[in-house]
Amino acid sequence: MIKFLVHDPEDMVGVAVADIEAGETVTGKIQDSDQTIEIKAVSNIPLGHKIALKDIANGERMIKYHIPVGKTVADIKKGEHVHTHNLKTERW
Amino acid sequence: MNIPTFMGYRRENGAVGCRNHVIILPVDDISNAACEAVAKHVQGTMALPHPYGRLQFGEDLDLHFRTLIGTGCNPNVAAVVVIGIEPNWTNLVVEGIAKTGKPVAGFYIERHGDFKTVEMASWKAKEFVQYATELQRTECKLNELTVSTKCGESDTTSGLAANPSIGRLYDRLDPMGLTLFFGETSELTGGEHLVAERCATPEVREKFMQTWTAYDEFIKSQGVDLCGTQPTQGNIAGGLTTIEEKALGNIQKIGKVAKVQSVLTPAEAPQGKGLHFMDTSSAAAECVTLMAAAGSVLHFFPTGQGNIVGNPIVPVIKVSANPITVETMSEHIDVELTGILRGEMDLDGAADKLMEMMIRTLNGRNTNAETLGHKEFVLTKLYRSA
Repeated sequence: MIKFLVHDPEDMVGVAVADIEAGETVTGKIQDSDQTIEIKAVSNIPLGHKIALKDIANGERMIKYHIPVGKTVADIKKGEHVHTHNLKTERW
Repeated sequence: MNIPTFMGYRRENGAVGCRNHVIILPVDDISNAACEAVAKHVQGTMALPHPYGRLQFGEDLDLHFRTLIGTGCNPNVAAVVVIGIEPNWTNLVVEGIAKTGKPVAGFYIERHGDFKTVEMASWKAKEFVQYATELQRTECKLNELTVSTKCGESDTTSGLAANPSIGRLYDRLDPMGLTLFFGETSELTGGEHLVAERCATPEVREKFMQTWTAYDEFIKSQGVDLCGTQPTQGNIAGGLTTIEEKALGNIQKIGKVAKVQSVLTPAEAPQGKGLHFMDTSSAAAECVTLMAAAGSVLHFFPTGQGNIVGNPIVPVIKVSANPITVETMSEHIDVELTGILRGEMDLDGAADKLMEMMIRTLNGRNTNAETLGHKEFVLTKLYRSA
């Protein structure tokens, strides 16, 4: 069962399409391809929220939809919940 | 290229629609009652009441006329009875609609009163209904159409599935040569640079950025700081983190292929085919009303949490991928795309489904919004009246 979707092959995050629990190994699908990814979640990720697909350093630009959607403000581990606590807009 | 066909109404000026409405159009708020009386009397007509039209001036008055005339000119409308309080503005609207060659007649209430006006207008409305009901659908090509999109009550399922599915459909419709609209100036904030990159020429790009900047400055001049309100608390609870991310979800609707051919003022009809950006509010009914006034005959409305908007003259196809919305609000949703979330459907499959519903709707199938009587006709007002 697919638990997250990835918009673009180069994205750094996927989006949960079902609630994901910490410790769970989940399968995701890259949209518009048959390619799947398996990741062990390290935090709880509610439906609609983002999961990191790789380790991301503090201060890196976050790529989603193939485009930067903000900058990280903390180191993020693969499988971690990505949200307002570790990602901020570059607008203000 | 194989262009699909459907059975539509070709109007006197060649424009193609998918509905055959006879509308009773008030020029102003105080003529609503007469219009509603005519529509109650003459079966097969529809009044379009609204709250404005007196003591407006300047650009706001221009927009008022442009919206009323554009609504009457829409190819989904077969004929129009216009009623206003006095002759001058009534005639302005009548003359604007008459340019299409379709039957239109105007009546004014001063020197007559509601009773006489309603009687005269009812005779004309009866004649127009009998004219319209004899019109036959004829085979039309998809590329003769103008189609619009705007999303509402969006959540992460919108950015993930419903919006990119509309985008994939637009990717197919643009090369066929349809005229396509998108708008929602405010909701592009955070992704305006991406729309700018999609503009066909430097001139269009400059006009787009001017339009967006003017909006941004207007918001700031009202003492409102978007940084505290966007994304909204509801968006954040749903998983959206930044305004860039929210805007990107919205922009998915225009797909990856079409270039923006022009920037339209509200309710302005475009000069050519292809994708056009219209400077609109992001409020659902206002936006759909403006796009209908610019000639859109069919609207795609992706929704996450379940916006239920309709329009009196334009069928609004409601699209959702949120399984809870699809289950709890099924009477509103025309196309459900929850399969994308389960990994069972891709965007091409979704676009196939949308195309199928598009053709059925064009051929006459009523949308859920039409069957439920959603006729939100909401005029955009730019500033207070004199």
